[in-house]
Amino acid sequence: MRALVRIVSWLYAVAIYGFIFLPVVVLVLFSLQATSFPIPPFTGPSLRWYDAVLADTRLTSALVNSLLVAALSSAAAVTLGFLSAWGFARFALPGSALLRGLITLPLTVSYLIIGMGLLVLFNWAGVPKSLLAAGIGHVVINLPLCFAIIYSQMGDHQINIERAARDLGAPEWKVLLLITVPVMAPAIFAGFFLSMTFSWDEFVISFLLTRFDTTLPVEIWNLLRSGLNPKTNAVGSLVFAVSIVLVVFFELMLLRRKPA
Amino acid sequence: MNSATNSGRALPWALVTPALGWTLLFFVLPFVAMGFSSLTAHDGGGFTRANYSQFFTNPAYWQALVNSLQVTAIVTVISVLLAYPFAWILAEQVPERWQRLALMLAVLPFWTSYVVRSYSWLLVLAQNGVINRALTGSGLFSEPLQLANTRLATVTGFVHFFVMLLTLTIFANLKQLSPSYRKAAADLGAGPVRTFLHVVLPLTLPGIMVGAFLTFVLCIGDYITPQILGGNNELLMPQLVMMQIGRRGDFPLASALSIILMAVVTIAYLACARWLKIERA
Repeated sequence: MRALVRIVSWLYAVAIYGFIFLPVVVLVLFSLQATSFPIPPFTGPSLRWYDAVLADTRLTSALVNSLLVAALSSAAAVTLGFLSAWGFARFALPGSALLRGLITLPLTVSYLIIGMGLLVLFNWAGVPKSLLAAGIGHVVINLPLCFAIIYSQMGDHQINIERAARDLGAPEWKVLLLITVPVMAPAIFAGFFLSMTFSWDEFVISFLLTRFDTTLPVEIWNLLRSGLNPKTNAVGSLVFAVSIVLVVFFELMLLRRKPA
Repeated sequence: MNSATNSGRALPWALVTPALGWTLLFFVLPFVAMGFSSLTAHDGGGFTRANYSQFFTNPAYWQALVNSLQVTAIVTVISVLLAYPFAWILAEQVPERWQRLALMLAVLPFWTSYVVRSYSWLLVLAQNGVINRALTGSGLFSEPLQLANTRLATVTGFVHFFVMLLTLTIFANLKQLSPSYRKAAADLGAGPVRTFLHVVLPLTLPGIMVGAFLTFVLCIGDYITPQILGGNNELLMPQLVMMQIGRRGDFPLASALSIILMAVVTIAYLACARWLKIERA
Protein backbone atom coordinates (compact mmCIF):
# COMPACT_ATOMS: atom_id res chain seq x y z
CA MET A 1 0.00 0.00 0.00
CA ARG A 2 2.66 2.48 1.07
CA ALA A 3 4.85 1.58 -1.92
CA LEU A 4 1.91 2.00 -4.26
CA VAL A 5 1.18 5.47 -2.86
CA ARG A 6 4.83 6.39 -3.42
CA ILE A 7 4.81 5.23 -7.04
CA VAL A 8 1.53 6.99 -7.85
CA SER A 9 2.82 10.12 -6.10
CA TRP A 10 5.98 10.10 -8.17
CA LEU A 11 4.11 9.64 -11.44
CA TYR A 12 1.67 12.40 -10.54
CA ALA A 13 4.42 14.83 -9.48
CA VAL A 14 6.38 14.16 -12.68
CA ALA A 15 3.24 14.75 -14.77
CA ILE A 16 2.50 18.07 -13.05
CA TYR A 17 6.12 19.21 -13.30
CA GLY A 18 5.95 18.30 -16.98
CA PHE A 19 2.78 20.37 -17.45
CA ILE A 20 4.28 23.32 -15.57
CA PHE A 21 7.55 23.29 -17.49
CA LEU A 22 6.31 22.36 -20.98
CA PRO A 23 5.63 25.92 -22.23
CA VAL A 24 8.82 27.33 -20.67
CA VAL A 25 11.01 24.65 -22.22
CA VAL A 26 9.37 25.16 -25.62
CA LEU A 27 9.81 28.93 -25.28
CA VAL A 28 13.52 28.77 -24.45
CA LEU A 29 14.32 25.93 -26.87
CA PHE A 30 12.81 27.67 -29.88
CA SER A 31 14.41 30.99 -28.98
CA LEU A 32 17.58 29.22 -30.19
CA GLN A 33 15.96 28.35 -33.53
CA ALA A 34 18.13 29.07 -36.58
CA THR A 35 15.23 29.42 -39.05
CA SER A 36 12.33 31.88 -39.03
CA PHE A 37 9.57 29.91 -37.30
CA PRO A 38 9.59 28.76 -33.67
CA ILE A 39 7.95 25.41 -34.51
CA PRO A 40 9.34 21.88 -34.82
CA PRO A 41 11.71 20.64 -36.13
CA PHE A 42 14.39 22.37 -34.06
CA THR A 43 17.06 23.80 -36.35
CA GLY A 44 19.41 25.52 -33.87
CA PRO A 45 21.13 26.26 -31.72
CA SER A 46 21.69 29.78 -32.92
CA LEU A 47 21.85 33.14 -31.17
CA ARG A 48 20.63 35.14 -34.16
CA TRP A 49 17.27 36.03 -32.54
CA TYR A 50 18.98 37.28 -29.40
CA ASP A 51 21.11 39.52 -31.63
CA ALA A 52 17.90 40.69 -33.31
CA VAL A 53 16.36 41.57 -29.93
CA LEU A 54 19.41 43.50 -28.74
CA ALA A 55 19.56 45.37 -32.06
CA ASP A 56 15.89 46.37 -31.82
CA THR A 57 15.88 49.84 -30.27
CA ARG A 58 12.12 49.70 -29.61
CA LEU A 59 12.60 46.67 -27.38
CA THR A 60 15.73 47.92 -25.63
CA SER A 61 14.19 51.31 -24.89
CA ALA A 62 11.00 49.59 -23.68
CA LEU A 63 13.21 47.54 -21.35
CA VAL A 64 14.81 50.69 -19.95
CA ASN A 65 11.33 52.26 -19.59
CA SER A 66 10.08 49.19 -17.73
CA LEU A 67 13.01 49.25 -15.31
CA LEU A 68 12.57 52.99 -14.71
CA VAL A 69 8.82 52.77 -14.13
CA ALA A 70 9.27 49.72 -11.87
CA ALA A 71 12.03 51.30 -9.77
CA LEU A 72 10.42 54.73 -9.38
CA SER A 73 6.84 53.56 -8.82
CA SER A 74 8.03 50.94 -6.30
CA ALA A 75 10.09 53.57 -4.46
CA ALA A 76 7.04 55.83 -4.30
CA ALA A 77 4.74 52.97 -3.21
CA VAL A 78 7.11 51.77 -0.49
CA THR A 79 7.67 55.32 0.83
CA LEU A 80 3.95 56.11 1.02
CA GLY A 81 3.26 52.63 2.42
CA PHE A 82 5.96 52.89 5.06
CA LEU A 83 4.99 56.38 6.28
CA SER A 84 1.30 55.50 6.57
CA ALA A 85 2.04 52.13 8.23
CA TRP A 86 4.21 53.93 10.78
CA GLY A 87 1.52 56.54 11.39
CA PHE A 88 -1.23 53.96 11.92
CA ALA A 89 0.93 51.66 14.06
CA ARG A 90 2.25 54.38 16.38
CA PHE A 91 -0.69 56.71 16.87
CA ALA A 92 -4.31 56.03 17.68
CA LEU A 93 -6.07 57.85 14.86
CA PRO A 94 -9.84 58.33 14.71
CA GLY A 95 -11.42 55.95 12.19
CA SER A 96 -8.16 54.07 11.92
CA ALA A 97 -9.67 50.73 10.85
CA LEU A 98 -11.78 52.40 8.17
CA LEU A 99 -8.85 54.39 6.78
CA ARG A 100 -6.60 51.31 6.76
CA GLY A 101 -9.36 49.50 4.89
CA LEU A 102 -9.44 52.31 2.33
CA ILE A 103 -5.70 52.05 1.70
CA THR A 104 -5.86 48.27 1.14
CA LEU A 105 -9.06 48.42 -0.94
CA PRO A 106 -7.34 48.47 -4.39
CA LEU A 107 -6.02 44.94 -3.65
CA THR A 108 -9.51 43.57 -4.27
CA VAL A 109 -10.07 45.25 -7.63
CA SER A 110 -8.69 43.84 -10.88
CA TYR A 111 -6.00 45.77 -12.72
CA LEU A 112 -8.24 46.15 -15.75
CA ILE A 113 -10.78 48.15 -13.75
CA ILE A 114 -8.12 50.29 -12.02
CA GLY A 115 -6.63 51.04 -15.44
CA MET A 116 -10.04 51.82 -16.94
CA GLY A 117 -10.87 54.23 -14.11
CA LEU A 118 -7.58 56.10 -14.53
CA LEU A 119 -8.08 56.21 -18.29
CA VAL A 120 -11.53 57.79 -17.90
CA LEU A 121 -10.27 60.26 -15.26
CA PHE A 122 -7.15 61.29 -17.21
CA ASN A 123 -9.21 61.57 -20.36
CA TRP A 124 -11.57 64.02 -18.68
CA ALA A 125 -8.81 65.95 -16.96
CA GLY A 126 -6.85 66.19 -20.21
CA VAL A 127 -3.80 64.35 -18.85
CA PRO A 128 -1.99 62.83 -21.85
CA LYS A 129 -1.07 59.15 -22.01
CA SER A 130 2.50 58.66 -20.82
CA LEU A 131 4.87 56.53 -18.80
CA LEU A 132 4.16 58.83 -15.86
CA ALA A 133 0.46 57.98 -16.06
CA ALA A 134 1.28 54.25 -16.09
CA GLY A 135 3.65 54.79 -13.13
CA ILE A 136 0.83 56.45 -11.17
CA GLY A 137 -1.29 53.37 -11.85
CA HIS A 138 1.52 51.09 -10.65
CA VAL A 139 1.73 53.01 -7.37
CA VAL A 140 -2.03 52.51 -6.95
CA ILE A 141 -1.68 48.71 -7.22
CA ASN A 142 1.51 48.44 -5.15
CA LEU A 143 0.83 50.90 -2.32
CA PRO A 144 -1.73 48.64 -0.57
CA LEU A 145 0.69 45.73 -0.83
CA CYS A 146 3.61 47.68 0.67
CA PHE A 147 1.34 49.08 3.38
CA ALA A 148 -0.03 45.65 4.31
CA ILE A 149 3.41 44.02 4.46
CA ILE A 150 5.04 46.78 6.51
CA TYR A 151 2.05 47.37 8.79
CA SER A 152 1.82 43.66 9.64
CA GLN A 153 5.49 43.66 10.70
CA MET A 154 5.27 46.65 13.05
CA GLY A 155 5.20 45.30 16.59
CA ASP A 156 5.68 46.34 20.20
CA HIS A 157 9.33 45.43 20.02
CA GLN A 158 10.08 48.16 17.51
CA ILE A 159 7.82 50.68 19.33
CA ASN A 160 9.87 50.10 22.50
CA ILE A 161 13.18 50.75 20.78
CA GLU A 162 11.73 53.95 19.32
CA ARG A 163 10.53 55.03 22.74
CA ALA A 164 14.00 54.43 24.18
CA ALA A 165 15.56 56.57 21.44
CA ARG A 166 13.05 59.34 22.06
CA ASP A 167 13.67 59.22 25.82
CA LEU A 168 17.36 59.63 25.12
CA GLY A 169 16.54 62.88 23.34
CA ALA A 170 16.46 61.90 19.66
CA PRO A 171 14.23 64.15 17.58
CA GLU A 172 11.43 62.56 15.56
CA TRP A 173 13.31 62.56 12.22
CA LYS A 174 16.32 60.91 13.84
CA VAL A 175 14.15 58.18 15.35
CA LEU A 176 12.67 57.59 11.91
CA LEU A 177 15.95 57.42 9.99
CA LEU A 178 18.21 55.76 12.56
CA ILE A 179 15.80 53.41 14.35
CA THR A 180 12.56 52.69 12.50
CA VAL A 181 13.91 52.37 8.96
CA PRO A 182 16.79 50.01 9.89
CA VAL A 183 14.54 47.87 12.14
CA MET A 184 11.89 47.62 9.44
CA ALA A 185 14.42 47.08 6.63
CA PRO A 186 13.37 43.46 5.84
CA ALA A 187 9.69 44.41 5.43
CA ILE A 188 10.59 47.54 3.43
CA PHE A 189 12.83 45.45 1.21
CA ALA A 190 10.16 42.77 0.73
CA GLY A 191 7.57 45.41 -0.21
CA PHE A 192 9.93 47.09 -2.64
CA PHE A 193 10.96 43.80 -4.25
CA LEU A 194 7.39 42.56 -4.69
CA SER A 195 6.34 45.91 -6.13
CA MET A 196 9.24 45.76 -8.58
CA THR A 197 8.20 42.33 -9.87
CA PHE A 198 4.52 43.30 -10.18
CA SER A 199 5.29 46.56 -11.95
CA TRP A 200 7.87 44.91 -14.21
CA ASP A 201 5.29 42.38 -15.37
CA GLU A 202 2.19 44.60 -15.43
CA PHE A 203 0.47 44.80 -18.78
CA VAL A 204 -3.07 46.13 -18.87
CA ILE A 205 -2.55 49.43 -17.00
CA SER A 206 0.51 50.28 -19.10
CA PHE A 207 -1.37 49.27 -22.23
CA LEU A 208 -4.26 51.61 -21.43
CA LEU A 209 -2.22 54.56 -20.15
CA THR A 210 0.83 54.80 -22.45
CA ARG A 211 1.02 55.63 -26.12
CA PHE A 212 4.37 55.81 -27.96
CA ASP A 213 6.95 55.33 -25.22
CA THR A 214 5.83 52.19 -23.51
CA THR A 215 6.91 49.33 -21.24
CA LEU A 216 8.34 45.95 -22.21
CA PRO A 217 5.18 43.82 -21.73
CA VAL A 218 3.26 46.17 -24.06
CA GLU A 219 6.08 46.10 -26.63
CA ILE A 220 6.09 42.27 -26.47
CA TRP A 221 2.34 42.37 -27.01
CA ASN A 222 2.94 44.49 -30.13
CA LEU A 223 5.42 41.85 -31.34
CA LEU A 224 2.72 39.17 -31.04
CA ARG A 225 0.83 40.76 -33.93
CA SER A 226 3.44 39.30 -36.26
CA GLY A 227 2.37 35.80 -35.16
CA LEU A 228 4.78 33.13 -33.96
CA ASN A 229 8.27 34.56 -34.15
CA PRO A 230 11.55 33.33 -32.59
CA LYS A 231 12.35 36.94 -31.72
CA THR A 232 9.42 36.91 -29.29
CA ASN A 233 10.84 33.68 -27.84
CA ALA A 234 14.21 35.35 -27.38
CA VAL A 235 12.88 38.44 -25.63
CA GLY A 236 10.59 36.25 -23.49
CA SER A 237 13.53 34.07 -22.45
CA LEU A 238 15.56 37.17 -21.55
CA VAL A 239 12.74 38.53 -19.36
CA PHE A 240 12.46 35.11 -17.71
CA ALA A 241 16.21 35.09 -17.02
CA VAL A 242 16.06 38.55 -15.40
CA SER A 243 13.15 37.46 -13.18
CA ILE A 244 14.97 34.27 -12.12
CA VAL A 245 18.06 36.27 -11.16
CA LEU A 246 15.86 38.59 -9.07
CA VAL A 247 14.07 35.71 -7.34
CA VAL A 248 17.29 33.82 -6.55
CA PHE A 249 18.82 37.05 -5.24
CA PHE A 250 15.76 37.60 -3.03
CA GLU A 251 15.88 34.00 -1.73
CA LEU A 252 19.56 34.38 -0.85
CA MET A 253 18.88 37.66 0.97
CA LEU A 254 16.12 36.00 2.97
CA LEU A 255 18.24 32.96 3.83
CA ARG A 256 21.12 35.17 4.91
CA ARG A 257 18.84 37.12 7.24
CA LYS A 258 17.64 34.02 9.03
CA PRO A 259 19.43 33.59 12.34
CA ALA A 260 21.76 30.60 12.22
CA MET B 1 4.77 73.89 24.71
CA ASN B 2 1.68 74.71 22.81
CA SER B 3 3.39 74.31 19.48
CA ALA B 4 4.82 70.97 20.64
CA THR B 5 1.37 69.54 21.27
CA ASN B 6 0.22 70.95 17.96
CA SER B 7 3.02 69.26 16.09
CA GLY B 8 2.34 66.15 18.17
CA ARG B 9 -1.14 66.09 16.72
CA ALA B 10 -0.05 67.10 13.22
CA LEU B 11 2.64 64.44 12.82
CA PRO B 12 0.42 61.33 12.57
CA TRP B 13 -1.75 62.97 9.93
CA ALA B 14 1.31 64.13 8.04
CA LEU B 15 2.40 60.49 7.93
CA VAL B 16 -0.85 58.96 6.71
CA THR B 17 -2.18 61.76 4.49
CA PRO B 18 0.05 61.14 1.45
CA ALA B 19 -1.07 57.50 1.16
CA LEU B 20 -4.71 58.35 1.81
CA GLY B 21 -4.56 61.24 -0.64
CA TRP B 22 -3.04 59.03 -3.31
CA THR B 23 -5.74 56.40 -2.82
CA LEU B 24 -8.52 59.00 -2.94
CA LEU B 25 -7.12 60.82 -5.95
CA PHE B 26 -6.06 57.86 -8.12
CA PHE B 27 -8.36 55.07 -6.96
CA VAL B 28 -11.60 56.47 -5.53
CA LEU B 29 -11.89 59.48 -7.84
CA PRO B 30 -11.33 57.41 -11.04
CA PHE B 31 -14.02 55.10 -9.80
CA VAL B 32 -16.44 57.99 -9.38
CA ALA B 33 -15.46 59.26 -12.83
CA MET B 34 -16.13 55.81 -14.27
CA GLY B 35 -19.53 55.75 -12.55
CA PHE B 36 -20.46 59.11 -14.07
CA SER B 37 -19.12 58.13 -17.46
CA SER B 38 -21.18 54.92 -17.46
CA LEU B 39 -24.33 57.03 -17.13
CA THR B 40 -23.64 59.20 -20.17
CA ALA B 41 -24.13 58.47 -23.84
CA HIS B 42 -21.17 57.91 -26.16
CA ASP B 43 -22.28 60.76 -28.45
CA GLY B 44 -22.85 63.29 -25.66
CA GLY B 45 -26.10 64.48 -24.11
CA GLY B 46 -27.46 64.07 -20.60
CA PHE B 47 -27.67 61.15 -18.23
CA THR B 48 -28.93 57.85 -19.53
CA ARG B 49 -29.28 54.24 -18.42
CA ALA B 50 -28.73 53.09 -21.99
CA ASN B 51 -25.31 51.54 -21.38
CA TYR B 52 -26.64 49.27 -18.67
CA SER B 53 -29.87 48.37 -20.40
CA GLN B 54 -27.84 47.61 -23.54
CA PHE B 55 -25.90 45.04 -21.56
CA PHE B 56 -29.02 43.29 -20.30
CA THR B 57 -30.84 43.33 -23.64
CA ASN B 58 -28.02 42.55 -26.07
CA PRO B 59 -27.45 38.76 -25.97
CA ALA B 60 -23.89 39.15 -27.29
CA TYR B 61 -22.90 41.19 -24.22
CA TRP B 62 -24.82 39.01 -21.85
CA GLN B 63 -23.12 35.97 -23.37
CA ALA B 64 -19.68 37.40 -22.56
CA LEU B 65 -20.53 37.41 -18.86
CA VAL B 66 -21.87 33.85 -19.07
CA ASN B 67 -18.68 32.76 -20.87
CA SER B 68 -16.53 34.48 -18.25
CA LEU B 69 -18.37 32.80 -15.39
CA GLN B 70 -18.19 29.38 -17.06
CA VAL B 71 -14.48 29.63 -17.87
CA THR B 72 -13.68 30.94 -14.38
CA ALA B 73 -15.66 28.15 -12.70
CA ILE B 74 -14.02 25.44 -14.85
CA VAL B 75 -10.55 26.90 -14.25
CA THR B 76 -11.06 27.17 -10.48
CA VAL B 77 -12.32 23.60 -10.10
CA ILE B 78 -9.64 21.99 -12.33
CA SER B 79 -6.85 24.03 -10.71
CA VAL B 80 -7.85 23.05 -7.18
CA LEU B 81 -8.23 19.38 -8.15
CA LEU B 82 -4.80 19.31 -9.81
CA ALA B 83 -2.98 21.42 -7.21
CA TYR B 84 -4.21 19.73 -4.02
CA PRO B 85 -2.64 16.29 -4.62
CA PHE B 86 0.52 17.96 -5.91
CA ALA B 87 0.84 20.17 -2.82
CA TRP B 88 0.12 17.12 -0.64
CA ILE B 89 2.91 15.14 -2.35
CA LEU B 90 5.34 18.03 -1.89
CA ALA B 91 4.42 18.39 1.78
CA GLU B 92 4.15 14.70 2.72
CA GLN B 93 6.15 12.56 0.32
CA VAL B 94 9.16 14.72 -0.50
CA PRO B 95 11.91 14.59 2.17
CA GLU B 96 12.03 17.72 4.34
CA ARG B 97 15.38 19.01 3.07
CA TRP B 98 14.30 18.92 -0.58
CA GLN B 99 10.92 20.54 -0.05
CA ARG B 100 12.04 24.13 -0.43
CA LEU B 101 13.80 23.32 -3.70
CA ALA B 102 10.88 21.23 -4.97
CA LEU B 103 8.47 24.07 -4.25
CA MET B 104 10.72 26.69 -5.85
CA LEU B 105 10.97 24.55 -8.98
CA ALA B 106 7.20 24.03 -9.03
CA VAL B 107 6.56 27.77 -9.18
CA LEU B 108 9.54 28.80 -11.32
CA PRO B 109 7.52 29.47 -14.50
CA PHE B 110 5.37 31.75 -12.33
CA TRP B 111 8.11 34.30 -12.90
CA THR B 112 7.95 34.31 -16.68
CA SER B 113 6.31 37.44 -17.92
CA TYR B 114 2.57 37.17 -18.01
CA VAL B 115 2.25 38.04 -21.71
CA VAL B 116 5.07 35.63 -22.57
CA ARG B 117 3.45 32.77 -20.64
CA SER B 118 0.33 32.86 -22.83
CA TYR B 119 2.48 33.17 -25.95
CA SER B 120 4.42 30.07 -24.87
CA TRP B 121 1.19 28.07 -24.72
CA LEU B 122 0.39 29.30 -28.21
CA LEU B 123 3.70 27.75 -29.36
CA VAL B 124 2.65 24.45 -27.76
CA LEU B 125 -0.94 24.43 -29.03
CA ALA B 126 -0.61 26.03 -32.49
CA GLN B 127 -1.72 24.30 -35.69
CA ASN B 128 1.89 23.30 -36.42
CA GLY B 129 3.04 23.52 -32.81
CA VAL B 130 4.70 20.96 -30.57
CA ILE B 131 1.62 18.92 -29.63
CA ASN B 132 0.20 18.72 -33.13
CA ARG B 133 3.59 17.77 -34.58
CA ALA B 134 3.91 15.03 -32.00
CA LEU B 135 0.40 13.72 -32.69
CA THR B 136 0.66 13.73 -36.48
CA GLY B 137 4.29 12.59 -36.40
CA SER B 138 3.46 9.54 -34.33
CA GLY B 139 0.64 8.66 -36.71
CA LEU B 140 -2.08 8.97 -34.05
CA PHE B 141 -3.85 11.65 -36.04
CA SER B 142 -3.57 12.40 -39.73
CA GLU B 143 -4.82 15.98 -39.41
CA PRO B 144 -3.64 18.53 -36.82
CA LEU B 145 -6.20 19.32 -34.14
CA GLN B 146 -7.66 22.78 -33.64
CA LEU B 147 -6.23 23.51 -30.19
CA ALA B 148 -5.32 27.20 -30.27
CA ASN B 149 -8.09 29.83 -30.43
CA THR B 150 -10.46 27.64 -28.45
CA ARG B 151 -11.89 27.72 -24.96
CA LEU B 152 -9.68 24.69 -24.21
CA ALA B 153 -6.59 26.83 -24.90
CA THR B 154 -7.80 29.63 -22.62
CA VAL B 155 -8.55 27.15 -19.84
CA THR B 156 -5.14 25.47 -20.27
CA GLY B 157 -3.31 28.79 -20.02
CA PHE B 158 -5.26 29.78 -16.92
CA VAL B 159 -4.94 26.37 -15.21
CA HIS B 160 -1.17 26.45 -15.77
CA PHE B 161 -0.90 29.70 -13.82
CA PHE B 162 -3.38 28.88 -11.06
CA VAL B 163 -2.01 25.39 -10.38
CA MET B 164 1.24 27.11 -9.40
CA LEU B 165 -0.52 29.71 -7.27
CA LEU B 166 -2.76 27.16 -5.51
CA THR B 167 0.12 24.75 -4.95
CA LEU B 168 1.84 27.54 -3.00
CA THR B 169 -1.18 28.36 -0.84
CA ILE B 170 -2.26 24.75 -0.21
CA PHE B 171 1.32 23.69 0.55
CA ALA B 172 1.57 26.46 3.16
CA ASN B 173 -1.72 25.26 4.63
CA LEU B 174 -0.65 21.62 4.90
CA LYS B 175 2.62 22.62 6.54
CA GLN B 176 0.85 24.75 9.14
CA LEU B 177 -1.23 21.78 10.21
CA SER B 178 0.05 20.55 13.54
CA PRO B 179 1.18 16.89 13.34
CA SER B 180 -0.57 16.22 16.66
CA TYR B 181 -3.97 16.18 14.89
CA ARG B 182 -2.82 13.32 12.73
CA LYS B 183 -1.25 11.51 15.68
CA ALA B 184 -4.48 11.87 17.62
CA ALA B 185 -6.49 10.44 14.71
CA ALA B 186 -4.05 7.53 14.40
CA ASP B 187 -4.20 6.88 18.17
CA LEU B 188 -7.97 6.72 17.96
CA GLY B 189 -7.64 4.02 15.31
CA ALA B 190 -8.19 5.90 12.05
CA GLY B 191 -6.26 4.65 9.03
CA PRO B 192 -4.39 7.04 6.71
CA VAL B 193 -7.37 7.40 4.35
CA ARG B 194 -9.85 8.17 7.12
CA THR B 195 -7.39 10.56 8.75
CA PHE B 196 -7.05 12.41 5.48
CA LEU B 197 -10.78 12.57 4.73
CA HIS B 198 -11.96 13.44 8.22
CA VAL B 199 -9.06 15.44 9.64
CA VAL B 200 -6.59 16.84 7.09
CA LEU B 201 -9.04 17.76 4.33
CA PRO B 202 -11.57 19.62 6.53
CA LEU B 203 -8.78 21.50 8.29
CA THR B 204 -7.26 22.69 5.00
CA LEU B 205 -10.63 23.61 3.47
CA PRO B 206 -10.58 27.28 4.59
CA GLY B 207 -7.18 27.71 2.91
CA ILE B 208 -8.53 26.11 -0.26
CA MET B 209 -11.48 28.50 -0.21
CA VAL B 210 -9.17 31.52 0.03
CA GLY B 211 -7.05 30.20 -2.84
CA ALA B 212 -10.13 29.42 -4.93
CA PHE B 213 -11.52 32.90 -4.36
CA LEU B 214 -8.19 34.45 -5.38
CA THR B 215 -8.29 32.31 -8.53
CA PHE B 216 -11.81 33.48 -9.27
CA VAL B 217 -10.96 37.18 -8.88
CA LEU B 218 -7.72 37.06 -10.89
CA CYS B 219 -9.21 34.84 -13.59
CA ILE B 220 -12.41 36.75 -14.26
CA GLY B 221 -10.55 40.07 -14.64
CA ASP B 222 -7.81 38.84 -16.95
CA TYR B 223 -7.63 40.11 -20.51
CA ILE B 224 -4.35 38.68 -21.83
CA THR B 225 -4.92 34.93 -21.54
CA PRO B 226 -8.29 34.76 -23.36
CA GLN B 227 -7.15 37.33 -25.93
CA ILE B 228 -3.95 35.47 -26.87
CA LEU B 229 -5.12 31.87 -26.47
CA GLY B 230 -8.86 32.03 -27.02
CA GLY B 231 -8.72 34.47 -29.90
CA ASN B 232 -11.95 36.23 -30.78
CA ASN B 233 -14.07 33.11 -31.27
CA GLU B 234 -15.85 33.65 -28.00
CA LEU B 235 -15.51 36.83 -25.98
CA LEU B 236 -15.00 37.06 -22.23
CA MET B 237 -15.94 40.16 -20.24
CA PRO B 238 -12.46 41.79 -20.15
CA GLN B 239 -12.16 41.34 -23.93
CA LEU B 240 -15.55 43.00 -24.38
CA VAL B 241 -14.45 45.94 -22.20
CA MET B 242 -11.19 46.40 -24.10
CA MET B 243 -12.99 46.14 -27.42
CA GLN B 244 -15.17 49.17 -26.56
CA ILE B 245 -12.07 51.28 -25.95
CA GLY B 246 -9.95 49.93 -28.78
CA ARG B 247 -12.26 49.93 -31.74
CA ARG B 248 -14.88 52.50 -30.91
CA GLY B 249 -13.49 54.68 -28.16
CA ASP B 250 -16.77 54.13 -26.33
CA PHE B 251 -15.68 55.02 -22.79
CA PRO B 252 -19.21 55.15 -21.31
CA LEU B 253 -20.04 51.59 -22.39
CA ALA B 254 -16.61 50.34 -21.32
CA SER B 255 -17.16 51.98 -17.91
CA ALA B 256 -20.59 50.38 -17.53
CA LEU B 257 -19.19 46.94 -18.42
CA SER B 258 -16.30 47.39 -15.95
CA ILE B 259 -18.74 48.27 -13.19
CA ILE B 260 -20.88 45.23 -13.98
CA LEU B 261 -17.77 43.03 -13.87
CA MET B 262 -16.83 44.50 -10.51
CA ALA B 263 -20.34 44.01 -9.19
CA VAL B 264 -20.14 40.31 -10.10
CA VAL B 265 -16.87 39.94 -8.16
CA THR B 266 -18.37 41.76 -5.18
CA ILE B 267 -21.42 39.48 -5.20
CA ALA B 268 -19.14 36.45 -5.33
CA TYR B 269 -17.17 37.86 -2.42
CA LEU B 270 -20.28 38.44 -0.32
CA ALA B 271 -21.52 34.95 -1.17
CA CYS B 272 -18.31 33.31 0.08
CA ALA B 273 -17.50 35.85 2.79
CA ARG B 274 -18.28 33.51 5.64
CA TRP B 275 -15.86 30.89 4.30
CA LEU B 276 -13.21 33.49 3.67
CA LYS B 277 -12.52 34.49 7.24
CA ILE B 278 -8.78 34.55 7.30
CA GLU B 279 -7.97 33.40 10.79
CA ARG B 280 -4.99 34.80 12.57
CA ALA B 281 -2.93 32.37 14.60
